[in-house]
Amino acid sequence: MYDKKELEQIRKQKEEWEKKCYTPLIDKHPERKKRFENLSNNEIKQLYTPDDISHLEYLKDIGFPGNYPFLRGIHATMHRGKLWTMRQFAGFGSAEETNQRYKYLLSHGETGLSVAFDYPTLYGYDTDHPMSRGEFGKCGVAISSLKDMEILFQGIPIDKITTSMTINGPAAIVWAFYIANAENRGIQKDIIGGTIQNDILKEYIAQKSYIFPPEPSMRLIIDTFEYGSQYVPRWNTISISGYHIREAGSTAVQELAFTVGDGVEYVKWAIKRGLSVDEFAPRLSFFFNAHNDFFEEIAKYRAARRIWAKEMKKLGAKKERSMLMRFHTQTAGCSLTAQQPEINIVRVTMQALAAILGGTQSLHTNSMDEALALPSEKAVRIALRTQQIIAEESGVTDTIDPVGGSYYIEWLTDEMEEQTYRYWERVEKLGGVLAAIEKGFYQREIAAASYKYQKEIDEHKRIIVGVNDYNTDETIDIPLLAMDEKGEERQIKRLNKLKKERNNQKVQRNLEALRTIAEGSSNMMPAILDCVHSYATLGETCQVLRDVFGEYEEQAIY
Amino acid sequence: MSDIVQNILKGDQRSIARLITLAENNDKIATTAMKDIHPYTGNAQVIGITGVMGSGKSTLICELTRLYRKLGKTVGIIAIDPTSPFSGGALLGDRVRMMELAMDDGVFIRSLGTRGMLGGLTSAVYDVVEILDACGKDVVIVETVGVGQAEVDIIKIADTTLVVIVPGLGDSIQTLKAGVMEIADIYVINKADRPGVEQTIAEVESLVDITCSGKDRKTPVLSTIAKQGKGIDVLLQEIEDHRSYLEKTHLFEKQRRLRYEAELVEIIRKRLMSFIFDEQTCKQRINDLLDRIGEKKTDPYTAAEEILGTILK
Amino acid sequence: MVERKIRVLVAKPGLDGHDRGAKIVARALRDAGMEVIYTGLHQTAEMIVEAAIQEDVDVVGLSLLSGAHMTLFVDVAKLLKKNGLDEVLIIGGGIIPVEDVPKLQKEGIAAVFGPGTPTEKIVEYIIKNVKR
Ligand SMILES: Nc1nc2c(ncn2[C@@H]2O[C@H](COP(=O)(O)OP(=O)(O)OP(=O)(O)O)[C@@H](O)[C@H]2O)c(=O)[nH]1
Ligand SMILES: [Mg+2]
Repeated sequence: MYDKKELEQIRKQKEEWEKKCYTPLIDKHPERKKRFENLSNNEIKQLYTPDDISHLEYLKDIGFPGNYPFLRGIHATMHRGKLWTMRQFAGFGSAEETNQRYKYLLSHGETGLSVAFDYPTLYGYDTDHPMSRGEFGKCGVAISSLKDMEILFQGIPIDKITTSMTINGPAAIVWAFYIANAENRGIQKDIIGGTIQNDILKEYIAQKSYIFPPEPSMRLIIDTFEYGSQYVPRWNTISISGYHIREAGSTAVQELAFTVGDGVEYVKWAIKRGLSVDEFAPRLSFFFNAHNDFFEEIAKYRAARRIWAKEMKKLGAKKERSMLMRFHTQTAGCSLTAQQPEINIVRVTMQALAAILGGTQSLHTNSMDEALALPSEKAVRIALRTQQIIAEESGVTDTIDPVGGSYYIEWLTDEMEEQTYRYWERVEKLGGVLAAIEKGFYQREIAAASYKYQKEIDEHKRIIVGVNDYNTDETIDIPLLAMDEKGEERQIKRLNKLKKERNNQKVQRNLEALRTIAEGSSNMMPAILDCVHSYATLGETCQVLRDVFGEYEEQAIY
Repeated sequence: MSDIVQNILKGDQRSIARLITLAENNDKIATTAMKDIHPYTGNAQVIGITGVMGSGKSTLICELTRLYRKLGKTVGIIAIDPTSPFSGGALLGDRVRMMELAMDDGVFIRSLGTRGMLGGLTSAVYDVVEILDACGKDVVIVETVGVGQAEVDIIKIADTTLVVIVPGLGDSIQTLKAGVMEIADIYVINKADRPGVEQTIAEVESLVDITCSGKDRKTPVLSTIAKQGKGIDVLLQEIEDHRSYLEKTHLFEKQRRLRYEAELVEIIRKRLMSFIFDEQTCKQRINDLLDRIGEKKTDPYTAAEEILGTILK
Repeated sequence: MVERKIRVLVAKPGLDGHDRGAKIVARALRDAGMEVIYTGLHQTAEMIVEAAIQEDVDVVGLSLLSGAHMTLFVDVAKLLKKNGLDEVLIIGGGIIPVEDVPKLQKEGIAAVFGPGTPTEKIVEYIIKNVKR
């Protein structure tokens, strides 16, 4: 970006500066640390100059927002045109309780919904399954049938508001609940909008809520791609997620490399199925974490956009819409501390700021009490207000990509891209993404990184305020959410009643039809929708697929 | 006979587990108990499984066990993982693959660390085999990671030793060539769903041709997909065939004799070591000798002869 | 040459798949010289107790982040007691509200470690409190 002569000058002067100013100073007053490192354990220099980014070409590598390679943002106006969607992940207890929480959030200025399901739902079990013991409504809402979905969205305008659903193994079935509910309310499929997470690769890699083995799981996912692009065109049929990879303890670089790598893998599978890239790619979306290292996080989002654009081009995308990476961000749950929970508000603020400066399309800010229990109403409101303050008061949204052009940011963006490609080479050597999962490559990389991070904290090489320094011994005084004790009972009653009152012959017929389709190779979505419409439960529908596909078992990696 | 031994003979899980711990810890109670137990041993068929890390040994054991259970046989499993030479701790992760077996009364699984035996098997493994044998398990399977000494040690314990290899791992074939070729009674090429199986089978077979030339039994080379339970029945049949072969050729007694010999040597070694390094007086003496070696008043050889001299007197 | 080693079973009951904490603790305990048996995900109380018996462990460490601890930790503690494993030290980890801690302790879960607990604290606790 600079001419040779000027660079020569800069280089020389920097050497001079180091010799005359910097080194004598640190000889006298050593810096606080011998080595400065970011969260990916990359060494950070004391100063970045044009010399560090001299290999970049502005027009080719950086460019303009809304233009390839989309480094500076996916829209020409970015947050000047439209703020990101403020979408708080929420769900607990029964459908009734969660429905109340959604209405509360919407009344406080939230602009999109995001459903958290409880563990039984995530594993495709109904509330009355033995494995569901103790788990009802604990980490999200329990949805066992279309009935529950109807209650969950009662009185909420699902033709206007978009909904994101964090569901993976049984994503196709839960999505069918949503579609069926809309249809029953007279809202056409092509009107509703939202996202299903539907990202099974990161489940194998990190989050571990998988049900089926990889091959049939991939088939289900591509089925939703295909069905969505034909009938539910405003729906994002996948949210390729780095969030959980990061929460499992990965570094920022690993999050970036593994997630975008997963994205490429899905595209390859869809192409193999015979879908055309430009048909489904515009509906692919991403989901990243926002952790503590401010600049590293910003660089991560920027790099992700550029890598994705390049890769999609290589994979044959022609439309620009197929090349731009839209993503949701959530602040890092794993960075919250149980100690002095109020200070989590400060952490969340900085993490949110990084996501916004990184150009996110939607954002969830964590509540301060999440390391203790399910968030209370007040905590959730403060978290939402955090976003509103950044949006309305801070001024960071007034210009596009305000950190772009910083020597440090551009260097770091490029460096992270570089390291991503290096990870991809290693995955390729192992035989690709699925082979690398099976060989435990990702799991081992993440386990090593998280152990290292914890060791650094234990050994005081890394300071976490309130945890290994700046402690207080005040007792924690945070009002916690109390759940309706009767919720589980009510849910099971509802389930029993449903099973009595529905047309059970029709249910059996539809489940058998699904079994036949699953044993074959055609798209399973229509058959799943039939099951759901006849009020077959999540557990029943999932069991058919469990019978046909079997269940996945993971390799333990430390 | 002590209570613990009586309970073990009745098959009491907690007593079995406790005696194993005592044996691992070289506790005196274990020594007495092991003497009482010996007459009740010798019935179990002992199978050793070794192979590189992650080759599917535990999965294979799980599947084999399921099959043995279908045939009405009870199974004991000893899963050995390396002890960290630095901390003395160990992560024993084989159980993960076998959790579904744990609920079956006819199966007993125990994880052991190698506990610093120069990479070899923990000496307690002889005891553990005898304990599981005495409590009535028909089959005892021992899993070790196939590196170095442990791999060689396992043949002394097992009647039949399986070596597990996975396709496409040139290095595991290399290790075979490096001299542990003799230990396998059966080769299992697991993960046969992976590319390169044919080539791996061919490579192993050609190695077998060399090592078995002129012998009356050719080591069979099988392929399995443990994860899908494929090829396990054939494997079980081969194990049974090997057992009949041993019995027919009277190699079986020889094999058992080899185990007892190894165990005997091990017990003597352990006793000697503890005699030399444990007894307070000896420790003191060694310290004195070390001082003198440092001061050049004596040398390591003379010092060693001096110590051994007192024992052998 | 008696060489006692503390044996610990690290188990994840329930459905959540967040094994980051469990694995970090497992490694830290190994590095502190203990023998750690890891059981993997989605274990029922019965499976955990069966493993604890066969492995003759001194400590059972349970990790759970779904919030189902009041049910599942207590299930394990009760079943251990029922099988006569009174001397086994039971510890738990995960997101456990403070008000649940005394209730868990009453049921026999000796100590609960929240997120951000330095691993050496867990090591220390085990060494001090192990019953055999
Ligand atoms: N593709 C494939 N994978 C398999 C097969 N058998 C086992 N695996 C997988 O290989 C991985 C390792 O299996 P284990 O049974 O733990 O292997 P191991 O040899 O006991 O491993 P260590 O005890 O760690 O040395 C697991 O993820 C298994 O699911 C197979 O036949 N094919
Ligand atoms: Mg194993």
